[in-house]
Amino acid sequence: MLAQQLTNGLVLGATYALFALGFTLMFGVIRVINLVYGFYFTAGAFIVLFLTRTLGWPIAAALPAAALLSGCIAIVIDALLLTRLRRVGAPELSSLMVTLGAVLALYATATAVLGPDIKRFPASVIGAEAMEFASIRITQAQVLILLATAVLVGGLLALMQGTRLGLALRAMAENPDAAGLMGIDTGRLAALVSFISGALAGAGGVLIGLNFNAIQPYMGEAMMLRGFVVIIVGGLGDIRGALIAGLLLGVVEVLTAGYVASGLKEAVAFAILVAVLWFRPAGLFGRAVARRA
Amino acid sequence: MPPWLDDLFWTYQNLVYALGINGLLALSIYVVLAVGQLSLGQAAFMGLGAYSSAIMTLKFKLPFLLVLPASCIVPVVFALLIGGPTLRLSGVYLAIATIGLGEVLRAVYLNIEWLGGALGLSGIPERAGIVSIYGLLILALLVLWIVGRSHIGRAMEAMRTDETAAEVMGINVARYRLGALLASAILAGFAGALSAHVSSFISPNEYAFEPAVTILSFALLGGIGTPIAPVLGAFILTLLPELLRGLADFRLVFNGVIIVIAVLFLPNGILPFRLRRHGR
Repeated sequence: MLAQQLTNGLVLGATYALFALGFTLMFGVIRVINLVYGFYFTAGAFIVLFLTRTLGWPIAAALPAAALLSGCIAIVIDALLLTRLRRVGAPELSSLMVTLGAVLALYATATAVLGPDIKRFPASVIGAEAMEFASIRITQAQVLILLATAVLVGGLLALMQGTRLGLALRAMAENPDAAGLMGIDTGRLAALVSFISGALAGAGGVLIGLNFNAIQPYMGEAMMLRGFVVIIVGGLGDIRGALIAGLLLGVVEVLTAGYVASGLKEAVAFAILVAVLWFRPAGLFGRAVARRA
Repeated sequence: MPPWLDDLFWTYQNLVYALGINGLLALSIYVVLAVGQLSLGQAAFMGLGAYSSAIMTLKFKLPFLLVLPASCIVPVVFALLIGGPTLRLSGVYLAIATIGLGEVLRAVYLNIEWLGGALGLSGIPERAGIVSIYGLLILALLVLWIVGRSHIGRAMEAMRTDETAAEVMGINVARYRLGALLASAILAGFAGALSAHVSSFISPNEYAFEPAVTILSFALLGGIGTPIAPVLGAFILTLLPELLRGLADFRLVFNGVIIVIAVLFLPNGILPFRLRRHGR
């Protein structure tokens, strides 16, 4: 029973980590809390829904296509909303507000066009039968989520730590002006980061949509609370922190739902957020950063 | 009242109430924006005011004269809980924590049977009206106007323009920020209590993400140079969907687009005036 709960918690936590990955990357490199992020997540799920249900594509082809398209949407949104603010050096809160307005407009448009009701993937997309290992049941979608999270976190860390591109990204995170003076094309890198995080969000939307099999325009908004908890507990911009915080949050939620009350899991998630803000504002694994003028 | 005026009032009663309540909400976000912070918890604070006041009226049968002032207590407690840590950090943290607050409260209302669950609370007696709503709105406007013209207003404007410079000049930035957040929670709490006691029914979804963004659009459309500007923004954005019926379906799209346009092209809103002060 406990082993099953822990497994469920890890899978749920992996979905949270997966969701928060691109969110924290975007903040880490381009210093923007991009609230449109939740919409990329919704977009990924709806693109796959269209490809598999209307065009009859297999999931193996639809998933990369959705990630690619969500990434392109992210580049367009970034160019329309944030490039201008970056150029004039607007404060962080301006970009937060602009993405907030944009995401409401996008969700509301999606609801008007696609309808507010919950949609489901066709049953043929992925097998629903569960496998059993030593009395622990796990579905194919759940295995896929665990694998995808491991591969994406590993790939992202390798990219950031092991390549010249990663070095450029870290330089830009440290100080964009200095990075620009060193010959790094910060505008192009910002677009690239938007693409990567949009693609991550899109893929996350598909996988999480497969797991819960409920697709609806505001699904990205519902994930945002978890995204906030993960990036603050893990430390803003910290990829490894996001993975650990996501897994931790998933396990805590499942245990709360299993042993306390299922209605309290959001409240527990938020209590963790507030507690971390009080006692470890740089995140559980972060070091305090002095505020500079 | 002459009969035609009476008829007119009955037809547009809800709109008249909504204008006043949205005006209060616009002031509630104005206070925070005026010190250069961004709180997206206005809808959440409003919900806390609405739920706590409805509980006081329905379950404890308290008189409205007591319920209305008391409706700001719960929002203030939550503002302290969230503002305590985040106001020392960069503005991003307050914004994130306050959006999170809205989401989590919705889940809590939905899941707690005593608070009505998904059905919400109904049968709240109509205790508020024109006098209480507009009385409070005018009072809030007056107080904010007087405060805005005093040295406090000057300090707030200094913080908004350049926080570090303001701190160097001896302004206690942290205290002003907390004061602004508390004032904002109080105003939103009142607005929540008033709206609960004119609409007779409240439900969890009224206080989540969409209203939070809508309230921000009030202030960004009007601007934050004077307290009257955000109220005007609220009036315009409440009236427009009524005047242009075609707009009603796309009200939320419109509110979102207003924010985008205001941030990108109209940083001072449509009323870009500043308060006059002596000795400048």
